Amino acid sequence: MKDLASHIMDIAQNSVRAKASEIEIVIDENLTEDRLSITIRDNGCGMDEETLKRVRDPFFTSRTVRKVGLGIPLLQQNAERTGGKVNITSEKGEGTVIEAIFGYTHLDRPPLGDVAGTIGLLVMANPETVFRYSHSSPKGEFHFDTEEVKAILEGLPINTPEIIRGIEEMIRENEKEIKEI
Amino acid sequence: MEKIKTLADLKKIRDNVQAKIDLREKSEHPESMIQIKVAMATCGIAAGSKETMNYFLNHLEENGISAVVTQTGCMGYCFAEPTVEITKPGKDPLVFGHVNCEKAEEIIQKYLKHDELVEGIIPVNYETIGD
Repeated sequence: MKDLASHIMDIAQNSVRAKASEIEIVIDENLTEDRLSITIRDNGCGMDEETLKRVRDPFFTSRTVRKVGLGIPLLQQNAERTGGKVNITSEKGEGTVIEAIFGYTHLDRPPLGDVAGTIGLLVMANPETVFRYSHSSPKGEFHFDTEEVKAILEGLPINTPEIIRGIEEMIRENEKEIKEI
Repeated sequence: MEKIKTLADLKKIRDNVQAKIDLREKSEHPESMIQIKVAMATCGIAAGSKETMNYFLNHLEENGISAVVTQTGCMGYCFAEPTVEITKPGKDPLVFGHVNCEKAEEIIQKYLKHDELVEGIIPVNYETIGD
C-alpha cells in the first residue's frame, strides 16, 4: 500500500464485511513518543480464538474467491518496518479492534494519504453504517460522526454525491489545521 | 464558493441539492440505472481502485450518465485490478480489468454512452459478485 489511507480503507472493508453497524477510525499523531497510531474499531461479528490466531497469516482468509488474505499482513509489515506493531483484539459477536502503531519520523513510514477521500468512499458505499472518525495531533483534534451529519440532512441520503463531496471537503479543511504530516 | 468546514456549511449544501434530488427521484428508478461496482479488496485498493471509483463518481454526471456506483470485494482477478463490474439495465454484467482513470474514461465514452465494447473485458463464469 502506498499510503496509510489505503490501509484504513482496506481494514475498514473487513469491518464492513463483518457486518458492523458502527465503525470507528482514530488517528493519533504523538510526536513526543514519535508514534503515529491508527485504530479501527467495529461492532461486527468478531473472530473466534482460532481465527484470531491465523489472521496475521497471509495464506489465511475467510474469502472463498482466493487463497490469500493480505490486508492485515501488509499493514503489519508496514508498521513493523518503522519499529511499530499491530495489536488485534476481537471477540466473537462483539467486534474487533485493530491498532497499528508506526514510528512517526521513521523514513519507511508511508504518508498518511487522502483520509478524507477514504472516509468519503466508505460512507458513499455504506450509507447505513455509522462512521466515526477522529484525528488528533499536538495542534488539535477533529471529530467526524455520520450520525451528526444525518441529523442535519433531515432525510436526504448521506451518500448523495454532493454531500459526500461536502463531507470530504469538511474533513480536509479541518485536517489542514491539525495535520503534522 | 466558500470552503466547507462545519456542519452548518454542509447543511447549506443539503438545502441546495434537495430540489435537484427531488427532480432526480421523480425521473429515475434505481433498477433502471446502470450499476457500476468497483472491486475494493486489498488487491484492488493497492492497485488504485480508489482513484478509479472517484473517477467514475466525478465524471458520470458531466457525461449525462445516471448510474449507481458502489464498491464490492475481490472477484479473484487480483492480476487485473482495479476491476469494475458494469451492469446495464436488461443486460448481463461485464467485468473490465486494469481500469485506471484512462480506461474508466474510455469505458464511459464507448461502453456507457454508445454500447461499444472496449478491450480488457474479463470472461466471467458467475452471475454477479457475491463476495
